[in-house]
Amino acid sequence: MHTLKVSRSNAASRPALIVALLLVTVAASIPIWAPEEVRSAWMREFVEIACYLVFALMWNLLAGYGGMVSIGQQAYFGFGGYVMLMLSNFLGVNPFLSVLLAALCTAAMSIPVSFVAFRLQGGYFAVGTWVIAEVFRLSFANLAFVGGGSGTSLTAFAGISKATREQTTFWLALACMVFSIALVYIFLRSKRGLALMAIRDNEVAAESQGIAVQKTKLAVYVVASLGAGLAGGLYYLSNLRITPDAAFSVNWTAFAIFMVVIGGIGRIEGPIVGALIFWILNKFFSDYGSWYLIGLGSLAIVITIYFKQGLWGYAQQQWGWSLFPTQRRLKESTKGKS
Amino acid sequence: MDMLLQTVLQGALLGGLYCLFALGLSLMYGVMRLTNTAQGDFILLGSFTAIAVIAGLKILAPENMWLPLLLSPLLLIVAFGFGYVLQRQVLNKVLGKDPLPSLVVTFGLSIVIQNLLLEVFSADPRSIESAGLNTASLQIPGGITLGVLPVLILFLAITTTFGLQWMFNHTALGRGFRAVSDDLEIAQLMGLNAKRLYAYATGIAFMLITMAGVLQGMRTTVSPSDGPMLLLFAFEAVIIGGMGSFWGTLAGALLLGMTQQIGFRFDPGWGIWFGHIVFLLLLLVRPQGLFPKTVG
Repeated sequence: MHTLKVSRSNAASRPALIVALLLVTVAASIPIWAPEEVRSAWMREFVEIACYLVFALMWNLLAGYGGMVSIGQQAYFGFGGYVMLMLSNFLGVNPFLSVLLAALCTAAMSIPVSFVAFRLQGGYFAVGTWVIAEVFRLSFANLAFVGGGSGTSLTAFAGISKATREQTTFWLALACMVFSIALVYIFLRSKRGLALMAIRDNEVAAESQGIAVQKTKLAVYVVASLGAGLAGGLYYLSNLRITPDAAFSVNWTAFAIFMVVIGGIGRIEGPIVGALIFWILNKFFSDYGSWYLIGLGSLAIVITIYFKQGLWGYAQQQWGWSLFPTQRRLKESTKGKS
Repeated sequence: MDMLLQTVLQGALLGGLYCLFALGLSLMYGVMRLTNTAQGDFILLGSFTAIAVIAGLKILAPENMWLPLLLSPLLLIVAFGFGYVLQRQVLNKVLGKDPLPSLVVTFGLSIVIQNLLLEVFSADPRSIESAGLNTASLQIPGGITLGVLPVLILFLAITTTFGLQWMFNHTALGRGFRAVSDDLEIAQLMGLNAKRLYAYATGIAFMLITMAGVLQGMRTTVSPSDGPMLLLFAFEAVIIGGMGSFWGTLAGALLLGMTQQIGFRFDPGWGIWFGHIVFLLLLLVRPQGLFPKTVG
C-alpha cells in the first residue's frame, strides 16, 4: 500500500546538529583552554563575528525569506546600541541585561516605523528604509545627553573586572548567536514560516489561500529588527564607545548584503558561510581600505549577475546539502501506516 | 515677512537642483521599475569627471577660458553612451520581478564608485570653477537678492522637466517608454525592443545625472562621500511628487528644498532632519504622492 509522508529532515541534518553542538561546546570553553596571551583577543574577535552573523542572519530573514529588501537595518543596529548604553548608564541596569532589554525595545520601535516603511514596495522600500535610518542617525546626533555627534562611552562597567566583563560578553555573544540561528530556524519551520515562503513566492496566490499577508510581513519585520537590535547592543557592549555616524552607518547593511549574497540568499546556511568568508577577507585585506571595499562591491556585483545562488546554494544544488532543512518534502512510503 | 519670502525663494532655488538630481531616478523607475541606488554616486562621478577634464584643459590650453563650456555637450554625449552601455551590459541582466538583484548591483556600484573617487580625488571637498558665476547675484524688487547661478539652475530644471514630459507625450520614443512601462508583454508583442528602450532611457538618465553633477559642483563643493545624501534627496522628491510624473518630481523637489530651508532657519543641525520628517509624514498621509500617473 502506498501512502505519502511529509518529510522534514534529511540524512545530513541530524549529524550536523551533533557537530554544531560539539562546536558550540568547544567555543564556549575558549576562556578555559585558550592560551592566556591570546584569550582576550580571541574572545573580542568572536564577539565581533557573532554581531556580524546575527545581523546578516536577520537581514537574510527579511530580504531572502520575507522579500523585503532593506538598506535601513542599521537603524535598528544603532538603536539597539544606544538603548543598551542609555539603560546601563542612566538607569543603572546591568549592561548584560540591557542588551536583551534593548533588543526588545528595538522590536517595539520597529512597529510604529513599519507603518511608514510599509507604504513603499520593492526598490522604493529599500531606499525608504535608508531615509528612516538617516532620521535615526540625525536624531541621535542632535541629542546632547548622549554626546551629540561625537558620541559617548559605556561607563556602567566601572567596578567590574576586565576578565569578568570580557568572559561574560563572550558567553552572551555565543548565546545570542545560537539563539538567533535557532529562532530563525524554528520560525521558518513553523506554520508562519511556511506562510512566509508562500508569500515570497507569490503574494497574491498566498493571500487567496487565506494567509494573512500583512500580519506575517509585520511579524518578520519585527523579528528581524529585534535581531538587529540585539547585534547592535552586543557590539557596543564589547566596543564600549558609540558614535552616531558609526552606529547608524549604511556599511552595516552593506556588509550584511555582501555576506548573504556570497553565502547564498534565502537559506540559513548562506549568512553563516558568508560571515566566515567575510571574516577571513576582513582579516587579510581590510588594511587596503578603499581598494578592499571596491573589491567587496565588485564581488557582490559579479556574484549577483553570474552566480545567483551563492556558495551554499551551489553546494545545495550540486550535492543536495542542507544543514537546516526548512522545506517539506513528500516521500512515498510502502510500509503502510506511518 | 521678507524673511519668510526670502527663505521660501531660496528653498525653491535649492529645489531646482534637487529636481535635476531626481529626474534621472524618476525616468529609470518610471520606464523599467529599476531603483538606481547609485544615483547619488553617479552624480558625483559627473562632477568629478568635469573637475578632471577642466584641470586637464588648463594644462593643455591655459589661455582658452571658453573651451570647457564648448566641450560640455561632448560630456553629455559621453554620459549617454556610458548609461547606454551600463544598461545593456549590466543592468538589463538583473531586471525582473524580484527587486533584489538590481538593488544589490546598483548598491555594489555605489560602493565601488564612492571608493574609486576617494582613491583618485581624496576626501577633500572640491568645486568647479565658473569664473565668478557662482558669486554673481541679482536684485529683485522687495529688497531680495538672488544668486544668478541658482536662478539659472532652476530655469534649467523647469525647461528639462518640460522637455522630458514633452518627449514622453509627443514622440515615438516617449510612446515606446510609456508602452513598456504600462505593459511589457503586450509592448513586446507589438514589436518593441524593450532592452534597447531601457538602454535609451538609462542613457538619457545619465545625461541628466551628469548635468546635475556639473551644476552641483559649480554651486557648492562636492566630496566623494556625498553620494547617499544626494540619492536620498532625489528619492524624496520623486516620492513626494508621485511616480511617473515629471512635473510631480519638480513639485516634490521644490517642496523638499523649501522644507529644508525652513528647517535650516530654525536650527542648522535640524534642517535635513526636518526635510526627512516632512517626507515621512507625507508618505503616511499621501503614499501615492502629489501627482501620481503610473501604478507602482
